[in-house]
Amino acid sequence: MNSSSKAFSKAVLYAVLAVASAVFLAPILIVVINSFKGKLYISDEPFSLPDGETFAGLENYTSGIEKTEFISAFGWSLFITVFSVLAIVIFTSMTAWYIVRVKNFFTKALYFIFIFSMIVPFQMVMFTMTKTAAELSLDTPWGIILIYLGFGAGLAVFMFCGFLKSVPLEIEEAAMIDGCNPLQTFFMVVFPILRPTAITVAILNAMWIWNDYLLPYLLIGSEYKTIPIAVQYLRGGYGSVDMGALMAMLVLSIVPIIIFYLFCQKYIIKGIVAGAVKG
Amino acid sequence: MALKKYFPVFVLPTLVAFIIAFAVPFVLGIYLSFTEFITVADAQWVGIENYIKAFSNDDFINALWFTVRFTVVSVITVNLIAFILASILTKGLKGTNIFRTVFFMPNLIGGIVLGYIWQLIINGVLQTMGVTITYDPKYGFWGLVILMNWQLIGYMMVIYIAGIQNIPSDLIDASKVDGANRWQTLRNVTVPLIMPSITICLFLTLTNSFKLFDQNLALTAGAPSKQTAMLALDIYNTFYSRIGWEGVGQAKAVIFFVIVAVISFVQLALTRKREVEQ
Repeated sequence: MNSSSKAFSKAVLYAVLAVASAVFLAPILIVVINSFKGKLYISDEPFSLPDGETFAGLENYTSGIEKTEFISAFGWSLFITVFSVLAIVIFTSMTAWYIVRVKNFFTKALYFIFIFSMIVPFQMVMFTMTKTAAELSLDTPWGIILIYLGFGAGLAVFMFCGFLKSVPLEIEEAAMIDGCNPLQTFFMVVFPILRPTAITVAILNAMWIWNDYLLPYLLIGSEYKTIPIAVQYLRGGYGSVDMGALMAMLVLSIVPIIIFYLFCQKYIIKGIVAGAVKG
Repeated sequence: MALKKYFPVFVLPTLVAFIIAFAVPFVLGIYLSFTEFITVADAQWVGIENYIKAFSNDDFINALWFTVRFTVVSVITVNLIAFILASILTKGLKGTNIFRTVFFMPNLIGGIVLGYIWQLIINGVLQTMGVTITYDPKYGFWGLVILMNWQLIGYMMVIYIAGIQNIPSDLIDASKVDGANRWQTLRNVTVPLIMPSITICLFLTLTNSFKLFDQNLALTAGAPSKQTAMLALDIYNTFYSRIGWEGVGQAKAVIFFVIVAVISFVQLALTRKREVEQ
């Protein structure tokens, strides 16, 4: 290929990428623009910039935060996500180590059942899980952490087991001979080796739990609202929808995710790839 | 080994959570699909009556076809576009990382929020024709397809990029030396070697599309008159907005589970066969 046709094909590729980027970014940008317009102007002319007449300043944000109790929703989302992810990473890695190191019929069966749970869609257990959890008084922000541990166990145990199978026994045995009990061995020797998988598991579960709507809605939604519940409540709870407040809440839901993404991008992308290969 | 005695510490917490959140509800769910109930405690055995009702329920059949059509279209478009973007971003162009960042971003946004973002935009476009997204089911259908593409392309692209980067470059060079054109290289070298990525991407898009709920609820909520309700939403509606139909809802959920399980196994078995050893 000569250099001018190479330059041409490069230009074409950049053009494709530029158009694709515009398509990917435009929806978010349009929502941001509309969040600064008066609520009555949004549905009528969603693609125009705010002008002197339609500009509403931060009014949508203040009314939206008030109507949805956004601050408390943000707090509950953060609380549930952080503690559920911690519980999943710690407890399932321990379980996976036990399954891989203690080989008997019971651990094999357990492993199989955990994997099986991964393909069961949520709707299958939606109703019965909600009833069971309510029966055991687990319909609280603390109780939901236990539920997330149970639901997240399948994928997490699977991923930890996959990694642990390639970890040599010698290091652990050395620790045991040095007088460590299994708990000390696990947390001082094994868990540090598991770090890359732990990060992958943490990221995949954080993305799921932070954005999850139906499970927290059914379990604790009437008393405690997470961010997705608050957004849906704004839409469903009022006779006529306050488009301004909705736009502002969409922006406020996206901003923390984008900040998190830009800071942890390296780990997120790595986690996705590692998770996919294991799956 | 001493570890065995530590069962209560290492396994019990996960196991108890798993039994409460999954195992008991799963078994109970299968049992309840053969009963008529409102509060679980009042369940009356009715045999396969719920399954007959489910299959003769127009909403359910409509949701099933809508979901199948949606899944087929989404799986094809998402994977095709993701693969094209991945092959462009593995050519060593400057700025690759920025583009990757942009394309991946929508994936992190939750389904409810995604639904309302696209509702605004699609309604804005349709407004020029004087209608809204709930005017005709075909708008809802294509709206969901666009939304799904926007959300999943970046994710699949990242997996394809990793797959393409793992191909040893001497294999590509060798095929060029042998006189293969670009299309032949793609078909006979690249695609067979990234088959593991294709397997996992097809699996993820297939199951994600089939199980879609949040996006469906936020974008159209099934309107007009339940015609754009997918399976998950139809099951939800049967449970929570139709008193006395809880058993039918549970039967629909069991059918849903069986379909998802069958699709997963068949798809994994089919594409695993095509994978080659590197």
